[in-house]
Amino acid sequence: MIPGEFEYHAPATVDDAIQLLAQHPDDGKIIAGGHSLLPMMKLRFAEPAHLINIFEIPELKGITEEGSMLRIGAMTTESELIRSALINQKCPLIVEAAKMIADPQVRNRGTIGGDIAHGDPGNDHPAVMLALDADIVVKGPQGERTIAAKDFFLGTYVTALEPNEIITAIRVPASTPGTGYGFNKLKRKTGDFATAGATVVLHLKGNTCDEIRIALTNVGPTAFRAEAPEALLQGREIDDALIEQAAIKVMESCAPAEDLRGDAEYKCHMAAEMARRSIRDALARAKGN
Amino acid sequence: MAKKLIAFKLNNQPVEVLIEARELLVHVLREQLAQTGTHIGCETSHCGACTVDFNGESVKSCTVLAIQANGGEVLTVEGLAQNGTLHPLQEAFMQDHGLQCGFCTPGMLMRSFRFLQENPDPTEEEIRSGMAGNLCRCTGYQNIVKAVKSAAAKMQPA
Ligand SMILES: Cc1cc2nc3c(=O)[nH]c(=O)nc-3n(C[C@H](O)[C@H](O)[C@H](O)COP(=O)(O)OP(=O)(O)OC[C@H]3O[C@@H](n4cnc5c(N)ncnc54)[C@H](O)[C@@H]3O)c2cc1C
Ligand code: FES
Ligand code: FES
Repeated sequence: MIPGEFEYHAPATVDDAIQLLAQHPDDGKIIAGGHSLLPMMKLRFAEPAHLINIFEIPELKGITEEGSMLRIGAMTTESELIRSALINQKCPLIVEAAKMIADPQVRNRGTIGGDIAHGDPGNDHPAVMLALDADIVVKGPQGERTIAAKDFFLGTYVTALEPNEIITAIRVPASTPGTGYGFNKLKRKTGDFATAGATVVLHLKGNTCDEIRIALTNVGPTAFRAEAPEALLQGREIDDALIEQAAIKVMESCAPAEDLRGDAEYKCHMAAEMARRSIRDALARAKGN
Repeated sequence: MAKKLIAFKLNNQPVEVLIEARELLVHVLREQLAQTGTHIGCETSHCGACTVDFNGESVKSCTVLAIQANGGEVLTVEGLAQNGTLHPLQEAFMQDHGLQCGFCTPGMLMRSFRFLQENPDPTEEEIRSGMAGNLCRCTGYQNIVKAVKSAAAKMQPA
């Protein structure tokens, strides 16, 4: 299996890459780690005439602290996320998610920016970004703009990114005392996408949950926030009975596609179970902080 | 489409090769450079048979374009033995029966080669997760894990 023909470009800077995209508006495509795009090109699901490699652009690499936020370059690989002392310390949720993506070799190439840009409902970073309330920093011919994660994921392979824009970075809040997270993903085997996944970030004030985000993976056309169970838990002291009620609301919010991983009913139940576990994990961590 | 000349280091030797941009690294290694040690199993980045070392990291060479290797360093299973002496990992796979049909073995060796540099003294569980991108249809993995563990012990600085 070999991709179709294309012309290859390796721009040295983000601005050069944006210019190349502008020159090839209909048939130009960015390649990052290539671990979603090359498989699609082999199958002719994608046939770009111009392939623009941004994987090596130095401006798109690296993790830095900006006040209470962390800025992660879009071309940071999953392996680099897992190894980063800063991410381990200030946003361990991302490390936990990255470890559950694919396998070591794939994680050496796959990037956080590519995972977010791709738009597959099975990608794991989108729900993490939703739960963290992250900002996606993008750049186009008109300059830079920031898109909130909640406005970014619009449907399967559809995002708020314009065709002439590139994701340059992700900004996530560093964890604060009283904040807890939970990440649970059911998969059949290493290297498989989620049958269902749930990411939860919550904040406790005393014993009251004053902030909660529940985001689900692979149980809808894209990753999404389950707002009904969030509304149920917000402002409450979360106990087992409430978690049960929230789990039912998670189930009601899912619209998974049936595939080899299971039928819709099974996946809804699994999403609910992942949400139960993630709420419990998040509560325990919030109390431990 | 015009072919492009790329240059990279293959097993510490400089090589130059004329390629099409769409060619995958594994195809160029096998078909142009006649290094057929690197195997093609699935061609869909699942099995790990095509694993090579690229700029100090394990990658699946069926999912890297050869043109991306331009200027880089690639190590394949052909580069493991030095002056006719097998690498401790190759020796261990032989002694511990870490292979049966041998199809997955080049990928297993190249992944474990890099893995032991990332983690020179791994537990069994760490070996299993570090090698999770490589599939074997024959051995049931027990002897592969054993081989990696015994190679790790041999490779410890005295
Ligand atoms: C065996 C296997 C198992 C996998 N399992 C998982 C899994 O469990 N969970 C998971 O989340 N993923 C999984 N993946 C997907 C993998 O994580 C991909 O690497 C990821 O989805 C895409 O990142 P990439 O850097 O490889 O992007 P590419 O494949 O290079 O690009 C993907 C798409 O995003 C666009 N793009 C990339 N970067 C940018 C940017 N900065 N700006 C604008 N557009 C951009 C490209 O044009 C392309 O359309 C798996 C892949 C494989 C091969
Ligand atoms: S041939 Fe590359 S992973 Fe199977
Ligand atoms: S020895 Fe046959 S596939 Fe591993």
